[in-house]
Amino acid sequence: MDQLNAWFTQLLAGNAIFTANTLGFYWNGLVTTVQLVFLCLLLGIVLAVPLAIGRGSKRPWIKWPIYAYTYVFRGTPLLIQLYLVYYGVVFFNGIQDTIFWEVFKDAFYPALIAFTLNTAAYTTEIFRGAIKNTAKGEIEAARAYGMSKGLMMRRIILPSAFRRALPAYGNEVIFMLHASAVASVVTIMDLTGAAYYVYARFYAPFPAFIFVALIYLCLTFSIMFVFRQMEKRLLAHLRPRGA
Amino acid sequence: MTNWITQSLIAATLIIAPLAATPALADDNQTVRLGIDVPYEPFVMRNADGQLEGFEIDLGNALCKRAKLDCTWVEQPWDGIIPGLLARKYDAILSSMAITPERERQVLFSLPYYNTPSVWITARDRDIDIDDKASLKGLSVGVQRGTIRDVYVTQEYGDVLDIHRYGSSQDVVNDLKAGRLDLTFEDFPIAVDAIDFRGDNSPYKQIGPSIKTPTSIFGKGAAMAFRKRDKALAAKFDQAICAVYADGTFDKLMHQYFDYDLSVRPSQQDCAQ
Repeated sequence: MDQLNAWFTQLLAGNAIFTANTLGFYWNGLVTTVQLVFLCLLLGIVLAVPLAIGRGSKRPWIKWPIYAYTYVFRGTPLLIQLYLVYYGVVFFNGIQDTIFWEVFKDAFYPALIAFTLNTAAYTTEIFRGAIKNTAKGEIEAARAYGMSKGLMMRRIILPSAFRRALPAYGNEVIFMLHASAVASVVTIMDLTGAAYYVYARFYAPFPAFIFVALIYLCLTFSIMFVFRQMEKRLLAHLRPRGA
Repeated sequence: MTNWITQSLIAATLIIAPLAATPALADDNQTVRLGIDVPYEPFVMRNADGQLEGFEIDLGNALCKRAKLDCTWVEQPWDGIIPGLLARKYDAILSSMAITPERERQVLFSLPYYNTPSVWITARDRDIDIDDKASLKGLSVGVQRGTIRDVYVTQEYGDVLDIHRYGSSQDVVNDLKAGRLDLTFEDFPIAVDAIDFRGDNSPYKQIGPSIKTPTSIFGKGAAMAFRKRDKALAAKFDQAICAVYADGTFDKLMHQYFDYDLSVRPSQQDCAQ
């Protein structure tokens, strides 16, 4: 440990930018980014599953509102959605006196809301595509067993749809990580916010942003690795024999 | 043979001549591009026609007239204003930039042309004592990212206040008015103009004294910034700054825009060259 410490001190000696102080900023930024992205993906999935099922419904009053929601949130930039949620709510008169203000006062929750709505819209469409592509034979077999619609959805359609959606969903996770960089415009000190701070403080764009790019790269590769492993296990039945 | 040599010589001359001529031309009636962060009222803003106006625009134009230079204005957000100068997007910064040691490592500063304090602002009905650090715990403060006020707040109050850093001064004011911030630490003129804390009916007020020290953070005032090698250009503007102070142009402009004093009169020594 002492050795590591000495090596670290030596590494940092003679540079004005990467002090323990700024590295602390980057570390807090990393924690915030991971929290924000993880939470919004989790909430996004919880929202997206019922929405995806509803999106495939035959009843127009269920189907069309969901379609409108995914259409709007996939059709507008995340930055605009974030601005609307963060700066927009202020223009509802008297919101400061309601219980909602506890949520909107902080920058974290508006960002979480905007990110969740955005990723839920994309995830809904990914899941819907996977549900729609369920093999007819599986559904017919389930029906032949006398399964009710709910049981069929739970035991047959959703499990196989999730597997098929996995590669596309892995991409969505990575996109969301990258998109989370806009959080810094509403004063959240995420990774990009930390990089902006170091940049603005020392006027050194290259060290500040290359360092943060490397952190994003590590995160992206970790996510890719996890999804590769999951695909290997869960999609084993789709691989050619002996491969 | 002779013909071949003559042709080569002519060709060489044609290629080299413009290269040699350029510096000579540039010295004569050179266009100087000035970088500025818009808006920063009342120093710079856009009028209804979309034209730039404000104290620094008028002052900059007066300085260029004294230095006998043609000047054009280039808009640049604050975050990238020094990298933009170093990348030659413009030749000088005239954007209320305070002289600080960190910035001096990157750029060459002119004489300071004005100096204003920074002030703590809060809602009129709030009772906050800025010197009692223990009582500030958990309160939020808004500052513009990368400014001297950001540095001061981070250094002096980083362990007690919850610091929100914004890309522009406008966003800080918006969030103060929205009620997201308990405090803001603002440049005095910005606070007067955008928050109007001195008015009797203003919902905001200043707390504590106006702050100008330590000089290691707040510097000697706002100055123009140049690339380090452009010493001649900086010297021209130093003389111009001395000239606008000496002939009263500065005072005239100052009274036109402000009802308080923000002058930093250059000394005889600074102006004798």
